[in-house]
Amino acid sequence: MKRGLLIWAPLLAFAVVFGFAARELWKPSDRTIASGMVGKPLPQMALKPLLLDRPGFTTAELATGKPRLLNVFASWCIPCIAEAPQLMKLKAAGVEIDAVAVRDKPEAVEAFLSRYGDPYARIGDDPRSAAQLALGSSGVPETFVIDGKGRIVKQHIGDIREEDVPEILAALAEAAR
Amino acid sequence: MRLRHLIAALLAMIAVPVLADSALPPAELAYSQLKDPAKEAEARKLMETLRCLVCQGQSIADSDAEMAGDMRALVREKIAEGQQPAEVRKWLVERYGDYVTYDPPFSWLTAPLWLLPLLLIAAGLLIARRSFGKSDPTIEGEEA
Amino acid sequence: MIAEAGLAALWLAAGLALVQLALGWGAARSGSAELLAATRRVSVAQGVLAMLSFGVLILLFLQSDMSVQLVAQNSHSEKPWLYKFAGAWGNHEGSMLLWVTVLAMAGGGVALVERRIDGKTLAATLGAQAAIAIGFYAFILIASNPFLRLNPPAPEGMGLNPLLQDPGLAFHPPTLYFGYVGLSVAFSFAVGALLTREVGPAFARAMRPWVLIAWVFLTIGITAGSYWAYYELGWGGWWFWDPVENASLMPWLAATALLHSVTVLATRDGLRAWTLMLAVVAFSMSMIGTFLVRSGILVSVHAFAVDPTRGSFILALLGIYIGGALALFGARVSTVTQGSTFQLVSREGALVLNNLLLSVILGIVFIGTLYPLLAQAMGQQLSIGAPFFNKASVPVALVLVVATMAGPLLKWRRDRWGALGRQMALPGVVSVLAFAALAALSGSSDWVALIGLALAAGLAVASVLPLWKRNLRRTPLHIWGMVIAHVGIAVSIAGMASDAAFKQERLVALRTGEATTVGPFQVKLADVRPAIGPNYSAMQAHLDVTRSGGAPFVLFPGQHYFSSPVTTTSEAAIKTMADGQLYTVLGEGTGDGRWQVRLWWKPWITLIWFGGALIALGGLMAMIGRLRRERRPAAGAEDGE
Repeated sequence: MKRGLLIWAPLLAFAVVFGFAARELWKPSDRTIASGMVGKPLPQMALKPLLLDRPGFTTAELATGKPRLLNVFASWCIPCIAEAPQLMKLKAAGVEIDAVAVRDKPEAVEAFLSRYGDPYARIGDDPRSAAQLALGSSGVPETFVIDGKGRIVKQHIGDIREEDVPEILAALAEAAR
Repeated sequence: MRLRHLIAALLAMIAVPVLADSALPPAELAYSQLKDPAKEAEARKLMETLRCLVCQGQSIADSDAEMAGDMRALVREKIAEGQQPAEVRKWLVERYGDYVTYDPPFSWLTAPLWLLPLLLIAAGLLIARRSFGKSDPTIEGEEA
Repeated sequence: MIAEAGLAALWLAAGLALVQLALGWGAARSGSAELLAATRRVSVAQGVLAMLSFGVLILLFLQSDMSVQLVAQNSHSEKPWLYKFAGAWGNHEGSMLLWVTVLAMAGGGVALVERRIDGKTLAATLGAQAAIAIGFYAFILIASNPFLRLNPPAPEGMGLNPLLQDPGLAFHPPTLYFGYVGLSVAFSFAVGALLTREVGPAFARAMRPWVLIAWVFLTIGITAGSYWAYYELGWGGWWFWDPVENASLMPWLAATALLHSVTVLATRDGLRAWTLMLAVVAFSMSMIGTFLVRSGILVSVHAFAVDPTRGSFILALLGIYIGGALALFGARVSTVTQGSTFQLVSREGALVLNNLLLSVILGIVFIGTLYPLLAQAMGQQLSIGAPFFNKASVPVALVLVVATMAGPLLKWRRDRWGALGRQMALPGVVSVLAFAALAALSGSSDWVALIGLALAAGLAVASVLPLWKRNLRRTPLHIWGMVIAHVGIAVSIAGMASDAAFKQERLVALRTGEATTVGPFQVKLADVRPAIGPNYSAMQAHLDVTRSGGAPFVLFPGQHYFSSPVTTTSEAAIKTMADGQLYTVLGEGTGDGRWQVRLWWKPWITLIWFGGALIALGGLMAMIGRLRRERRPAAGAEDGE
């Protein structure tokens, strides 16, 4: 009996691997790495202003009672260009958007904003990706929805497309209640 | 250059996210050691077990990716401040989950992984035992 | 029209594979000598046609025929001829054609030379080989046709990724493929034997040279791959435990176990079922390694690269061949009569231990490579890398080294503990003394590495002991092969352990004119200046190096910038000395006039690859020795035709 079982063990092991591989092939699982900070208060950070015309980004200033978006972006990031119109739309809808500019230079960001639109109230300078790492973000662009008490309630990974806008507005409305 | 690069290159051609590099130079501590050799050794050991989040399965200790460089700088800074490697790892796992560590912690999910070698040895001994006959002093050895 | 000729040859080869399967099946059932002779001829013809087809593809690449889609997408008329040549397999379709060509050549080779095993088993073996080939022919013809025309022809090719233009990379995949596919012969032999139930020493002797040659190719492929990783990646690492590397290591581990168990079967008629199992597993690992990993299911963070049609096709083939063979094994193996048993303390006993430990390491690599896939299915992201593989496999590997010391010193059938103790005394003393000396003098606290070094010293001594009191001239070649391969393992382990215990690292940012130290070296950054290569521009550092007490020398590490596609590569400059390598890399500028310089002093690291070469040489000698030895008595004795 024991021998009988062991003889079939390799086939069983292969069947398991086969099953998982087939599943992964036909129904690829979600491989995005979500931030573990969702649901937790925004980590303490005080980012210097990148541009002269507006403040940097400081966690302490967030307890305004009004939910907002925190957009992790960079002027050298191509999908950031793609999401710029959606951010403008969100701004037009009255959403306050702050930004963390990852590894960027003021001239480059100024050029980027004048070309693709400027939705940001504050822009924090993150020259060594330290803020990005503290947020649990693994790429640009990413957008965090932050409630009025400074808690992260949602993370959007990748560029915001037109179809994502309602979802983000809903999350903001939810956070406001 | 080997197969892994071939695959990385092939995937890079098709994969959607465009990885561009910023114009800023890497962080000082991304490519420079800590002054204290003991702390550097600690940091080095930790970095070898942390996964670069944007690479094709490399640790941050041997990746040229910008983010890997920034993660190295972060690790060295925190170790230099006097944090323990375990604290730094915990800080990162809090943010990126177990994905960020190449040294998976023992949990219900990883138990089969760590127990399998023992199981295999047991099964192997079971199989091997059948091949051994009873000790028979009349059998003589043979040279090869 | 030569592309069409290549395609026609491929269709014909596929048709012949079908005929071969039918004839082989008939010959295996009836035992008819005429049918077997016909099967042999068809196998050879199939091999020749496949080679012809692959030859045509190479010709198309050499001619830069841009009316062929594959050439236009992967080549360029200005490329050096070597990369045109290698371009033929540097892509999905071409590498699949190479794979099936090697498969058909191996089948043809078996049909040509194999005279020892009984006709029915040989017929079944050739049928099985054809059955494997048919699946891959179908895959190529239906889903990966390399001869597809482009209308109108492209004016110029898209070129080969500059990262891939390396003489090493050009010949690395074929070397591994010869190893992977060579194991298909062992697989087919096992399937044939399971069908006819003829498992014994004659069968093992027939299979052994094929296992050895495949294993030699795998050893060379892995050793060379490791060295290229070392000099190209620019961080001084030589093994990263990533899925692609593991994919080549797993068949090697299975083949290593197999070539030891097949010796037990050939010499003592033991381990029958186990040898069959290993033969099936070795080629299964080759297929899983090549395809599961290449499919992108495992490696990639961005797995969209998988073409679902191709992926499903390949997965179905894996399911049919591996699942079929394992099912056949399960159903038939209980009817394979048990071979002879043996004593615990005997050569066979040590070889069983060797097989057990190698299988455990194989299991560790296998589960470590595939576990992230399982975790993902449960919605968890998991990373498994060097820390797991080292922790789990190194202790097992160290025990295996001890078994490797003992094995060749033991007699077949039965030995005594006392005799074993006397034989092991010298290597044991060497190991203990080496460990004591290292612990006292080296200053390293990497105990595992020091144990590795000590055991390597013991293994080196134990490996040459079988030559003791022998007439060296009359010692058979295969014994020499074993001795050299085992010494190679000791040498390689010494290199690995030495790198782990003694490497020195220096990462600094230097202005020109500034100097730093690493290990016994003084390194001065004399200058950094631009340079122009054939298809790249570069920044090149001029390093003045002096070793305490030695003559000064210069090294020129650089950064290469390619424009199409935009890629930056670090080109390490390595100085090889008798006792190790100085490894230097130029990084980026820091923006304030300094340059990042990475330096490593790696004592004895070259032993890793030197040992690998010795292992391959030993395997080659063993194969030649076995072939020569078995030709003599077998001539005319049991000739099938």
